[in-house]
Amino acid sequence: MDSLFFLAFAAIAVACGINLVIQTHPITSALSLIGVMGSLAVLYLLLGAEFIAMVQLVVYAGAIMVLFVFVIMLLNAGAEKRVARPWKPYLVGAPLLVIFVGVASCILHDMLGDSDPVIFGSFTQGGAREIGRSLFTEYLLPFEVTSVLILIAILGAMVLARKEF
Amino acid sequence: MPPLPIPEHPPVAWYLILSAILFGLGVAGFLFRRNIITVFMSIELMLNAVNLSFIAFSYQLKQVSGHIFTFFVMVVAAAEAAVGLAIILTIYKNKSTLEVDEINSLNN
Amino acid sequence: MNENAHQLWLIPALPLAGALINGVVGQMRDRAAHAAAHGHGHGHGHSHSHSHSQGHDHGGHDSHAKPDPLVSMVSIGSVLLAFLWVSKTLIALGDLNTAYVERYFTWIASGSLNVGFDLAIDRLSAVMLLVVTGIGTLIHIYATGYMSHEKGYYRFFCYLNLFMFFMLILVLGANYLLLFIGWEGVGLCSYLLIGFYFLKKSAGDAGKKAFIVNRVGDFGFALAMLLIFIHFGSLDFGAVLPKASGVDTGILTAIGLLLLVGACGKSAQVPLYVWLPDAMEGPTPVSALIHAATMVTAGVYMVARSFPIYEGAPMAREAVALIGLATAVMAATIGLAQNDIKKVFAYSTVSQLGFMFLGLGVGAYGAGIYHVVTHAFFKALLFLGAGSVIHALGGEQDIRNMGGLRTKIPWTFATLFIAAFAIAGFPGLSGYYSKHEILLAAHHHAHWMYWVGTITAGITSFYVFRCIFLTFFGEYRGKAHPHESPAVMLIPLILLAGLSIAGGFLGIPHWLEPFFPKMAEGHDAMAGNITTLVGLGGIVLAYLFYVVSPGIPEGIANSLRGLYNLIDNKYYVDEAYDSAIVHPLEHGSRIVLWRGVDAGFIDGIVNGMGGVSRSIGGALRTLQSGNIRSYANWVVLGAVIFLVMLGAAGGAR
Repeated sequence: MDSLFFLAFAAIAVACGINLVIQTHPITSALSLIGVMGSLAVLYLLLGAEFIAMVQLVVYAGAIMVLFVFVIMLLNAGAEKRVARPWKPYLVGAPLLVIFVGVASCILHDMLGDSDPVIFGSFTQGGAREIGRSLFTEYLLPFEVTSVLILIAILGAMVLARKEF
Repeated sequence: MPPLPIPEHPPVAWYLILSAILFGLGVAGFLFRRNIITVFMSIELMLNAVNLSFIAFSYQLKQVSGHIFTFFVMVVAAAEAAVGLAIILTIYKNKSTLEVDEINSLNN
Repeated sequence: MNENAHQLWLIPALPLAGALINGVVGQMRDRAAHAAAHGHGHGHGHSHSHSHSQGHDHGGHDSHAKPDPLVSMVSIGSVLLAFLWVSKTLIALGDLNTAYVERYFTWIASGSLNVGFDLAIDRLSAVMLLVVTGIGTLIHIYATGYMSHEKGYYRFFCYLNLFMFFMLILVLGANYLLLFIGWEGVGLCSYLLIGFYFLKKSAGDAGKKAFIVNRVGDFGFALAMLLIFIHFGSLDFGAVLPKASGVDTGILTAIGLLLLVGACGKSAQVPLYVWLPDAMEGPTPVSALIHAATMVTAGVYMVARSFPIYEGAPMAREAVALIGLATAVMAATIGLAQNDIKKVFAYSTVSQLGFMFLGLGVGAYGAGIYHVVTHAFFKALLFLGAGSVIHALGGEQDIRNMGGLRTKIPWTFATLFIAAFAIAGFPGLSGYYSKHEILLAAHHHAHWMYWVGTITAGITSFYVFRCIFLTFFGEYRGKAHPHESPAVMLIPLILLAGLSIAGGFLGIPHWLEPFFPKMAEGHDAMAGNITTLVGLGGIVLAYLFYVVSPGIPEGIANSLRGLYNLIDNKYYVDEAYDSAIVHPLEHGSRIVLWRGVDAGFIDGIVNGMGGVSRSIGGALRTLQSGNIRSYANWVVLGAVIFLVMLGAAGGAR
């Protein structure tokens, strides 16, 4: 049962990922990315990460992607222009990508043997209670620092988006 | 119901492979797309792939720290999206284009 | 039992807190007051024109500047509290036959070097603590009156409190490194305060001179610390000093001489004394606190603290005595011909410091420290009195333009007169006892040292009284209208006068006696009487020369023109340094370093490097296309290389 869930949502994620890459219109890519994120949230749930799954949906798929769609709409971004030699980027990139994925999968393959089966419900430490506890005790300082980071990001975004630029 | 040709429970390694595939897709989008917003979304895709592997490792090691790490990655991604999109807006205002190949102010 | 029961850290922490409050809050309040006084529009320009008008010692007048009561309160309060805490601690600690140490935390742990932030009190540092905080409090009180019209009031007190902090660290530190931190810190504050009127070029130059000359000494001190660490494996006083007797004499001599170099810089001994007279460019309370009573005695303190090292190295000890004696003679003779009231006292400080070193060098450590204490009383009083005179005359420092002030500023006159008697060694006053102990010890050590020291003491009383008589007796020769200083300045003067009188009865030698090795007793009543008589003779001679028949000094100066010129020009030491060190350095820098090394060699290298990097850059420049995709490719290439290396290294396991 778990495997079926995994395979189904992994397939959705990969399909949406491929769609993100091959589509030329950014709005389609954005919608595909939302699909990836949604299916990843289900996978997180399967791994016992309830809290992260919710955050994934609310923050990532909800807030961040809305921001993307908003900017795409605001700039009225259309499909990519046709260019003279569209194959040119593939000349260097494709071999690099192949080597990258190849080496990475080799390394992964080495490690495959002894991983645990993922049984839904067996990992119970991913709830809001446990996350909150370690976030506000062990990781309190980094957590507080992120608030500063976000403040800086807000200010930076405001400064950048001002009229004068 | 006939037994499936696959194990009933997916091993953690499958999640890692999925993570690698998604990351590869992200790299591909990063390399081949010309629209700067799509490039940016590819980066988000890579971040998501990494998050997935964090959660998978967390399951394997039976520790919650991977979740915390993912949480922080999300925070950083949110901040990055805000600033990055603001930069894209500024670029569009100045250059009226979103094509990465036409943006080369860093030349020389 | 609580290990750190007495909270010694509070003693330096209080002035530090004062410095921080004055530096931060005081500055904010100062700006607010300034903005309120000048309004918004021309506030900046106005303050600028004012800051240019800083002229003489008292030149920084700003009619708008009002002393910030908060700053005064914080600065006096913090030092006073430190003084009270010292007193309370000392009362609680009782007889202090063994050092009381408080350990706070390990400061530096690197290999076998382990230095803790430890503070300690023993009989020696107890005396120094009382002097530093006690005199410090009085001078802080005085300074609130003296500096009340100056710009940068908060800045002055911030530095002054910071100085107290470092001085207390210096005295309390339980190892050489902590002593060194305090040592450098007081040097820094000294630099900042000498250059307090930094818009005046001579003040800035004097600050730099003090700083640079002190670096020479600090170099010696640092080398000494290295040697101590190499041979003792520690820098703690408690670990080093008891072991000193078992160490090779040659090493002890080297350490002792290097420490002496450091002490010569800080305590203005020959040949590094030249910065102290120039340091008088600073405000007078600074001269009193830093350049007379406390900081300059740090060298004496350090040598006394290291007495086991000097006990094991007779040659180094002899060098201490000789340098002290040479300094005493030289500075005293220069003092004969000075006409600036602060310069006279500056040279007398150098000379008295020489006496202290003489005391240390002949083995009378207790007497040396005793003289530190009494000297702190009467020299602080002399400087504060001089400050009061300068204040009264609105910035006049030349004694040739004074005279007859006895009746016009009687309180200043009375206190200054007492101080002069004390420094001259008038029987019964504090200077008499400490100077006699030193000279008697010198007599015991070597007769010629005694004679030279005694004659120097006579010269001392002569030129100090010359200065007093020229200032207070005869006809008034100046133009300004003298006015007596405010009570806030007079009260410290009176208290210090009391201490200058009573300093001999405080029992300091008795208190220090068990701490230092015993001197072979050999009191020579004759020698004592001679010293007293010579001191009194100096006073009488000064009275004859400058009150009874003022024509004599000029006649003598004329008949001994060459000698007079030599003294008047301070033995041409500054000129000698100029031609021996400064000029060769400048010329060498200009011809060898600038033309040859800089223009030829270094520029050649730089230009060559520039050419090479330009051609490399030309090649690399094609990489920097500005094209985002090419950057992306480079990033992925990097990731690939990394992954391949990872795989080659055996995977992620």
